[in-house]
Amino acid sequence: MAESVADPARRNWVMITCGVGAVGGVATAVPFVASFTPSERAKAAGAPVEADVSGLKPGEKMVVEWRGKPVWILRRTPEQLASLKKTDAMVADPQSQRTQYPTPTYAKNEWRSIKPEYFIAVGICSHLGCSPSDKFVPGAQPSLPDDWPGGFLCPCHGSTFDLAGRVFKNKPAPDNLEVPPHMYLSDSKLLIGEDNKKA
Amino acid sequence: MAEMKEAPAGAPIGVKLMTWLDNRFPTMFVEYRKHMSEYYAPKNFNVWYFFGSLAMLVLVIQIVTGIFLTMHYKPDAANAFASVEYIMRDVPGGWIIRYMHSTGASAFFIVVYLHMYRGLIYGSYRKPRELVWIFGCAIFLCLMAEAFFGYLLPWGQMSYWGAQVIVNLFAAVPFIGPDLALLIRGDYVVGDATLNRFFAFHVIAVPLVLIGLVVAHILALHDVGSNNPDGVEIKAKKDARGIPLDGVPFHPYYTAHDTLGVSVFLIIFCAVMFFAPELGGYFLEYNNFIPADPLKTPPHIAPVWYFTPYYTILRATTDPMVNALCVIVALAALFNLVRGKASMAARVGLLIAAVVLIALMKYFDAKFWGVVLMGGAVMILFFLPWLDHSPVKSIRYRPGWHKLVFALFVVAFLILGYQGTQPAAPSGSLLERVSQLCTLIYFAFFLLMPWWSRLGTFRPVPDRVTFAGH
Repeated sequence: MAESVADPARRNWVMITCGVGAVGGVATAVPFVASFTPSERAKAAGAPVEADVSGLKPGEKMVVEWRGKPVWILRRTPEQLASLKKTDAMVADPQSQRTQYPTPTYAKNEWRSIKPEYFIAVGICSHLGCSPSDKFVPGAQPSLPDDWPGGFLCPCHGSTFDLAGRVFKNKPAPDNLEVPPHMYLSDSKLLIGEDNKKA
Repeated sequence: MAEMKEAPAGAPIGVKLMTWLDNRFPTMFVEYRKHMSEYYAPKNFNVWYFFGSLAMLVLVIQIVTGIFLTMHYKPDAANAFASVEYIMRDVPGGWIIRYMHSTGASAFFIVVYLHMYRGLIYGSYRKPRELVWIFGCAIFLCLMAEAFFGYLLPWGQMSYWGAQVIVNLFAAVPFIGPDLALLIRGDYVVGDATLNRFFAFHVIAVPLVLIGLVVAHILALHDVGSNNPDGVEIKAKKDARGIPLDGVPFHPYYTAHDTLGVSVFLIIFCAVMFFAPELGGYFLEYNNFIPADPLKTPPHIAPVWYFTPYYTILRATTDPMVNALCVIVALAALFNLVRGKASMAARVGLLIAAVVLIALMKYFDAKFWGVVLMGGAVMILFFLPWLDHSPVKSIRYRPGWHKLVFALFVVAFLILGYQGTQPAAPSGSLLERVSQLCTLIYFAFFLLMPWWSRLGTFRPVPDRVTFAGH
């Protein structure tokens, strides 16, 4: 066999061809990765929903579905609202300053809603996405501290929230419950998913 | 072309057929000899060595039953739950195929955990078997992915909320997390798109990788040869023909031997499958007989038993735990600065790295570090070959107190596993502290191994394996 001598010109062409081929190969991944993202149909399903709160008695909670998630509407009693004063010092972010799940400006207050009586929140724990359960009765009970003021308990990892969806300190959940954009169309009609103010 | 072999005149039809095949497909004969009749395995295998072949058996059970299940199952959020019940009630033989598959899933993890523990106590990951171990760890990872994807398919409450929690783990990754979770789900919540793609991963993507890794695991093992309970290299002592003195051909010796293991295994497997397919809610969770409801999390959710040790590590990582880890990192770096043997620059560098790590630990949420620890608990297994510095492979020749260290690790692992099946412990409670302590023991076992594994008085390792003929 003849002694092979590398021809630099040919080698350059081989390198260029390989490089271009690699770019093409990577580009082929684009449609495959894109197919993992939400489809147009899934994106279109995110429309706002209306809720009628006229039938809700004080202390009652209703759930409506928005973007496949449970949205809670809780009509708080005066005692429940009073408990929020007590929990101010026990919660991690009393004024909802954190920005991971930005709270709309109209809910950046102690009671985290437009009208103090009605609390609207996405019922999904900010830890790993479970839906917390209602623990409205104050006092000692399983999985809860003895001075429990009333609120919500996430069954998955034990995060607790007060009646304004504010997470208690030293819990797995880093954030308060998300308050969805919402507005009142009339005294008893709520629109969830849209508001007329800048959040 | 190679020379054609000739069967002797008047040879039986079988011999003629084999000669015909040998001339056209010699690979078959070469590989049979290499992996079966001339693969010499140490003759002193004990009961621990059943679990490799049992894992192969369960893999076959899962593939065969899985194929038949896909013939009736519908990967559609509206139909999935009902199609599983259809398999259970209306498809002839469907119930037993499904129970074989669900029992097989748990059996797979039992067998693989025992198989890994065998490797741990006999040092089967030590040189030259590092790659065998690494392929094995990758198989374990694939198995976890396979179990996770498969668990969504019945579309019950546990399926749904289990997937919701695990996908949200990825959302905890800083900066790209939420987009990553969206990419996995294919929707803003776990839904039809998620179910459909998990089906694709479960029935084709992951099994293909899994089978490839199993092949690599076995080929790598047969290249270096099996370890044994004594941790003695049998290839060091060979007879005149170059065959290890302590080796016996895999076939017929170990094929016959493994048939015993398979028989016992199948008795237990069938007992569970026929009499207790749910195994008290551990193999099939009761909440999963309720169709998925995206608006309501069941009051008590827990992963299937084989994930619970890692799940407890996730749950144990709260703010006080992160603080404790910060203190441990700081102490380790200071100890290294004062007593370490590396150069001054390296020690100071490590101290700076520790300070950066502590800053990051306090900057990101405990939730993220919980995910890191959970992932780290699995990933750390890959590094085992380089963490163990013991001069002997097998636990038989380690100092007596090493056995206590192994026992402590096993107990911590079992406690973590048990706690994961229970409701979340209240924060600050004794139970939570226990889970945090067990998490620390789990990691300390591996991370401190370079030190503790070389301490103590080791017993001399014999030249030949210890074996008493029957």
